[in-house]
Amino acid sequence: MSTTSSTGRTAAALPSSAAGPAAGPAPGAGPAPATAVAPSEAAAQATLGVETTARSMAEAAAEPVTGITGAQSLVRSLEAVGVEVVFGIPGGAILPAYDPLFDSALRHVLVRHEQGAGHAATGYAQATGRVGVCMATSGPGATNLVTPLADAYMDSVPVVAITGQVPSAAIGTDAFQEADIRGITMPITKHNFLVTDPDEIPQRIAEAFHLAGTGRPGPVLVDISKDALQATTDFSWPPRLDLPGYKPTTRPHGKQVREAAALIAAARQPVLYVGGGVLKAGAAEELAELAELTGAPVVTTLMARGAFPDSHRQNLGMPGMHGNVTAVTALQKADLLVALGARFDDRVTGELSSFAPHAAVVHADIDPAEIGKNRKADVPIVGDAKATIVELVSALRAEHEAGRTPDLDAWWTQLDDWRTRYPLGYDWPEDGMLSPQYVIERLGAIAGPDAIYASGVGQHQMWAAQFISYEKPGTWLNSGGLGTMGYAVPAAMGAKYGMPGTTVWAIDGDGCFQMTNQELATCAIEGIPIKVAVINNGNLGMVRQWQTLFYEGRYSNTHLNTHGGKEGTARQVRIPDFVTLAEALGCVGLRCESKDDVDAVIEKAMAINDAPVVIDFIVGSDAQVWPMVAAGKSNDEILAARDVRPVFGEGQV
Amino acid sequence: MTRHTLSVLVENKSGVLARVSALFSRRGFNIESLAVGPTENPDLSRMTIVADAEAQPLEQITKQLNKLIEVIKIVELDTAAVQRELLLVKVRAPLADRAQVLQTAELFRARVIDVNTDTVTLEATGTPDKLQALLAVLAPLGIKEMAQSGTVALGRGPRSMSGAGTLRPVERSA
Repeated sequence: MSTTSSTGRTAAALPSSAAGPAAGPAPGAGPAPATAVAPSEAAAQATLGVETTARSMAEAAAEPVTGITGAQSLVRSLEAVGVEVVFGIPGGAILPAYDPLFDSALRHVLVRHEQGAGHAATGYAQATGRVGVCMATSGPGATNLVTPLADAYMDSVPVVAITGQVPSAAIGTDAFQEADIRGITMPITKHNFLVTDPDEIPQRIAEAFHLAGTGRPGPVLVDISKDALQATTDFSWPPRLDLPGYKPTTRPHGKQVREAAALIAAARQPVLYVGGGVLKAGAAEELAELAELTGAPVVTTLMARGAFPDSHRQNLGMPGMHGNVTAVTALQKADLLVALGARFDDRVTGELSSFAPHAAVVHADIDPAEIGKNRKADVPIVGDAKATIVELVSALRAEHEAGRTPDLDAWWTQLDDWRTRYPLGYDWPEDGMLSPQYVIERLGAIAGPDAIYASGVGQHQMWAAQFISYEKPGTWLNSGGLGTMGYAVPAAMGAKYGMPGTTVWAIDGDGCFQMTNQELATCAIEGIPIKVAVINNGNLGMVRQWQTLFYEGRYSNTHLNTHGGKEGTARQVRIPDFVTLAEALGCVGLRCESKDDVDAVIEKAMAINDAPVVIDFIVGSDAQVWPMVAAGKSNDEILAARDVRPVFGEGQV
Repeated sequence: MTRHTLSVLVENKSGVLARVSALFSRRGFNIESLAVGPTENPDLSRMTIVADAEAQPLEQITKQLNKLIEVIKIVELDTAAVQRELLLVKVRAPLADRAQVLQTAELFRARVIDVNTDTVTLEATGTPDKLQALLAVLAPLGIKEMAQSGTVALGRGPRSMSGAGTLRPVERSA
């Protein structure tokens, strides 16, 4: 059964000004047919338009001016650095900055919670490759940015956060809305600044963007005292960057690259272990070239889905705790791992001491501290992933020309055997309810590889990583390192803002969705028509799965009532009712409870382009994420399904 | 565990000490002593950090330190480097014991910096080992109070961490 409502539709007012960043193919141009997935060409045009706008804005902003306020200097600096949009909420200490922002061509998206601003900036950055920007006031405004900043730090996303601070004379006095946000965010930002001198504003902004976007990207916070925003200052651009201790290594060492190439040429069971760094470096094309040159299998981590097409024969899929059997086992049996922009995270390695025990390791990363942190590297390479892969390709060509080409036939025979025997799959719930995996699989099939998918954290995230085929970089956004429930809706909002011509789906759980769905109001009002698939299993699903597996089915505090009350209780109302909630937030609310309706409801949502859409998919509560390597266990102990231990035919390898 | 002495040049800006000490605490690195002070260049401060670590964690420590934007350069000083700590110690010294206190001070080349009827305050510099030895001798006499600095250290020879003929930094790359 599906119910529809259009009561909550808004005019989806996109910026009418030609200079408006979203002036590309307007997603708010009225209902379009379901097939109107924005062609990538249109998306490219939209991006092009944005950059042109940013450049001209930057040129205008770069004129030197005297006798302006620090706040004006801040806004001019943001314009000059090429910012097109700021996600934020005003408040006392940041208030001076909002006055010049009112007149600026720079767009500000008024979010409903600062956490939404932070994740929106992250989603924007992940989808566009540009630096995302969020803004908040002092104290609670700033502390609400802590979670998204920690999230962006763990996933190396370039974000700049601007916060107001109490007047410098009041700093340290426990003034109203004072929080030491620089101190608080020291461990979760790449760097941060406290600015109390208005003359420093352009320089600190320029430095913040430089730090956020170069080297290993990450969040940078600039905290500016209210008096610095109010004082008179002069503005000139570009300022001198003063970062004597910041010299990221981007060019890989030639000797190391040649050693790596020699290992690759000699390996019989190599695996390219591809991490998010490849996406950050924009190195997907180069990776494809390397993969085809080596003929080696590729695994793409949770952060790297889309870096290499899932449809490519050499792509084994995702490794890790919920990776597929072939990808996990390929790492275990490999004689060589070529780690590219990956960090040997515990969710990938399982028990570290038994991870890939036979493999020599080539580890390429732009952050020297990642190399050797968890796993000793036999050939360490520090450098940008793109530059590294390009050089690896030419070094490997030289190996091949010298007659050293490995024979990987036996390895592929083995891998293909595992692939055939242990494909990803799922069972339909015994109670006849909708299978969440099926919903996600259909969503991926209908929305297609050009759409962007942003997920929350938990079972739906793993299924979205497993059952959607990612073909292109920047189409899969999620919170990998920090595991931030509530990431999906605001991140999708930021991504949609940055890629207005592209369909953006948030795939969320009923738990996650209740953490940040207030940003749907922002989406509705600001004309950011995202689509949300709530995979509603009535529970904190991943926790429930662990309770089933490891706590004898004692479901302590995981029932959410979004399917209605617990069995045997009188109150069987769905709280909240996501359809009416969506409508209250200015969105179209749809519901789907049966397999037969899945395609139709997704197509209906695809056809609505003038308002955000939420589909409440009522799915079975007991579906589980498989395969699984239990926490702290060896990857060798992967279970393909509950109580199903794969047989690897040890003798064959 | 082995002791390593790191000499770290950092930008002379507020918050740098907090960044460094927080880094050690959140990464679970053991810090034995940390001393900060100005250098010949007013824009730079020098931190001397003595850390207890095996070779592998030490590499992580230096790499993580190098990631801090305000850290300019790190050198691990070898055992031949000059390492000094400053100790101020107030020892019980009634007339009966006073001679022994003063004799001990002389043996360790400590200076008397304050005297009154009940106590003598000594100032001593030296390697951590020497100061430990001094304290061991003074302890039976009764240490009323003491204050000790962290280690400061400089490499021997003509080279320095900045300027011509610089000491080789701990590799930024792996």
